[in-house]
Amino acid sequence: MSVVLDVENLKTYFHTEYGLVKAVDGISFNINQGEIIGLVGESGCGKSVSILSVMQLILTPGEIIEGKITFEGKDLRQFEANGPEMRAIRGSKMTMIFQEPMTSLNPVLTIRRQMTEILELHLDMDRASAGERAVELLRMVGVPDAASRIDDYPHQFSGGMRQRVMIAMAISCNPMIIFADEPTTAVDVTTQAQLLELMKDLVTRLNTALIIVTHNLGVVARYAQRIYVMYAGRIVESGPSEEIFDDPQHPYTIGLLNSVPRLGEKHGTRKLVPIYGVPPNLINMPPTCAFLPRCTYKTAQCEKEPWPALRSAGDNRYLSCYVDVRGKQ
Amino acid sequence: MSDNTETGTTPADATGAAGAPPKANEFKRVVRVFFGRTLYVIGFVIVVILILTAIFAPFIATHDPYETNLREKLEQPSSRHWLGTDSVGRDTYSRIIYGTQVSLLIGFSAVFASAVVGMLMGLAAAHFGGIVFALIMRFADALMALPGIILVLLIAGLGGGGIPVVIFALGFGGIAPQCRMMCGLALSVKQNDYVLAGRAMGMSNWRMMLTQIFPNAFPPLMVGITMGIGGVVLGEAGLSFLGIGVMPPVPSWGGMVNDGQRYLLHNPMLSLAPGVAIMLLVFGFNMMGDGIRDAVDPKLRGVI
Amino acid sequence: MTAYIIRRLIIGVIILLLVTMVVFLFVRLMPGDPLLVYMASFDINRQTSISQENYENLLHIWGLDRPIPVQYVDWLGGLLQGDLGKSIKLQEDIGILIAERMPRTAYIGFITFVLGTIGGITAGIVCALRRGTWMDNLITTTANIGMTIPVFWFGILLMYLFAYKLGWLPTSGWTNPFDDFWMSCKQLLMPVGSVIIGSIAGMARLTRSCMLEVMRADYVRTAWAKGLSERVIVVRHQIKNAMIPVVTALGGALGMILGGSVFIETVFAIPGMGLLMTNAVFDQDYQIVQAGVLLFGGIIIFSNLVVDILWGWLDPRIRLA
Repeated sequence: MSVVLDVENLKTYFHTEYGLVKAVDGISFNINQGEIIGLVGESGCGKSVSILSVMQLILTPGEIIEGKITFEGKDLRQFEANGPEMRAIRGSKMTMIFQEPMTSLNPVLTIRRQMTEILELHLDMDRASAGERAVELLRMVGVPDAASRIDDYPHQFSGGMRQRVMIAMAISCNPMIIFADEPTTAVDVTTQAQLLELMKDLVTRLNTALIIVTHNLGVVARYAQRIYVMYAGRIVESGPSEEIFDDPQHPYTIGLLNSVPRLGEKHGTRKLVPIYGVPPNLINMPPTCAFLPRCTYKTAQCEKEPWPALRSAGDNRYLSCYVDVRGKQ
Repeated sequence: MSDNTETGTTPADATGAAGAPPKANEFKRVVRVFFGRTLYVIGFVIVVILILTAIFAPFIATHDPYETNLREKLEQPSSRHWLGTDSVGRDTYSRIIYGTQVSLLIGFSAVFASAVVGMLMGLAAAHFGGIVFALIMRFADALMALPGIILVLLIAGLGGGGIPVVIFALGFGGIAPQCRMMCGLALSVKQNDYVLAGRAMGMSNWRMMLTQIFPNAFPPLMVGITMGIGGVVLGEAGLSFLGIGVMPPVPSWGGMVNDGQRYLLHNPMLSLAPGVAIMLLVFGFNMMGDGIRDAVDPKLRGVI
Repeated sequence: MTAYIIRRLIIGVIILLLVTMVVFLFVRLMPGDPLLVYMASFDINRQTSISQENYENLLHIWGLDRPIPVQYVDWLGGLLQGDLGKSIKLQEDIGILIAERMPRTAYIGFITFVLGTIGGITAGIVCALRRGTWMDNLITTTANIGMTIPVFWFGILLMYLFAYKLGWLPTSGWTNPFDDFWMSCKQLLMPVGSVIIGSIAGMARLTRSCMLEVMRADYVRTAWAKGLSERVIVVRHQIKNAMIPVVTALGGALGMILGGSVFIETVFAIPGMGLLMTNAVFDQDYQIVQAGVLLFGGIIIFSNLVVDILWGWLDPRIRLA
């Protein structure tokens, strides 16, 4: 299996009215061809910014400060954010499904136009064949009556259907990698499951890598092979999903798992425990571990030392914590 | 220049953590945003200077603005009469200084009057709905269908001019937009969860209006008032220019532009200088309004 | 879409009716009496006082002794038959007066509206695309100042510069463009110039902020994520969306131009509707004021109807709702 995307020490900061926000502060991750990984964390922890940074879609006042983004052997940061090289990659080899199906489609253009423009641009199709292909794609993602509905406008679609359109657009050029930014947050639970199944099917069929960004561990548990847990702009733990689920080692991951019901769990066997406190304000962060104020395992060392770097914690597992929580749970 | 950078929604949403700062910081932030941009500060300084000018006019003016002196009529600008004198020998500079009082008086009273009446009408429309809503809003539509100045001209002209009539006319002309804005705001606030929650807790309707809707409507209202003053002063100047606004001999900038027009070749300052005063005042209030809007609630950009 | 237009049309007619009522009431309730003004104009020569009998006689002739609702219905009935009434002061048929005056105002207004809209939107788009550059700063500052310029003052300034000092243009007056097109153009430059600065400034500011807003929209981010070039994103995805609020402001822009006609026709001595209205207000000439307000209101309401249709055409959410 070859690595499709390798991100090293990525830092993206926002210069806001309130001060410098270190939204992403030195994260590294990679993904192999055809792999599904999950990027998990509370809202505001920098997950979305990480993937927007990879696609170089960060708007002012945001700025990618440093980091190396290697995609298919090329360092993307050598390309201008909106230069021809990046544009050739975006939408064809590297695509994205956004969180808000309600606002992510242009309200004044038909679905057809919004789909064909990708095919015309990246695959050099003419308008007619692009239209036919678009209908085909809509059928693939399960839009009923695709041939007539393609001429509708986004507001005539339901949220779930719009997200299907977004998925169809994302797969239209057989991408190497798809970023799905909270793809199911804005839709109801039934639709959620359908959309996730659909995405999984499609990427398996196309051998495309998929990064699911979510705050919902339940979503990734079922689909992702590996998981990265993010907290306050950094990755605090990573590893294969079963291992993370069976044997979480970072106090934050433990907290996350304790706060959501697990699949297949017998009702009432375990009490759900919320993580107390609120995520830190990313401005003027203390040098110590950002999770410290909410941590139930903290030691004297945590209060003194800076935020620990990610260290190896077993085969394919990484952890950013001083404390060995095993046995304390 | 003012740019959307700090106020754009995408980065704030994306970072999330930057949102919802502590309340105490909010005031500081408003102050910082407002005073962070040169243009807004300039507007603020202009407004402060104009208000001070109005208050201390007797000390700033060099002559009595009403004192005629036919021996000194139509004099060129000199060290004695900085901007020259008009056709009856009154000092143009002093009349401009005193004109500040008239413009600000009319500006503040008319805007305040239309804000209060418009607000009450808008709230009533949103609150009662049904036939009341239809009546009030159609009335507002009818008023809005007329070019603002035509409506004001009509009222002021038929009312016979003079400061009270001008205030009434301009105030009346400003009701419809205020009413619409207020009604829209009240309706949107009514949809909010916390208002529904309040209702569920059994708060009375009028109490809801006062405790829930008004605080939310306050920022846009303030912006509307600040921005409205510029428009009203322009309207007053226009009326006085046409001769149906402030009546002579009360010094009014618009009237002075008109009086000076006949002596344009002789001394252009008679007509042009009062116009600069109008522009300065309108510019000051417009910029201050822009600044308040951006600092208090950037989402209002484009709404007001 | 047809149903939508019909609904808008009906609302427009209702609002126009309301406008006539409001204006009619205003004109009657305000102090001042056109007959006194009218009679006074004779008395200057004859030095006689206005006799009560004479006055009542005139009141009856003009139908002003009847209750206001009756007068209103009467007037409305006349309107439906194309009779706009007669001017008390000028003793002339108002239909004829308007037919003579309105084309001049409409001609100037149309030129101003078209040039102002195109110029303002273009300037706003340029500013938004080049934001932060010297060009943006220059245009935005000019627009901010342009919003504050009183139309009449700017007219006088232009007159001072181009007519008195430089002598390039005639100071004032009106020439029918069919009689002497070149002269007409020269005479129109300053009137159009003094009103257009405000419309360009307003349009530019609005367009700029709408464009900046749209640039941050989710669907524009989607468009960037598709790999489209900036040109395509601006032309295909941004402009149409940004134009939706701009188009809805067009009715207001036209209103400002019509309002501005009052001033420029006074400053430049153009015998159009604006000047007619101003004089009618001075003379308390009920009939002309009513007819004029109805005409202006009708134009605004009609243009708002066109705006609504344009809006529906731009925004499928409205059209297909």
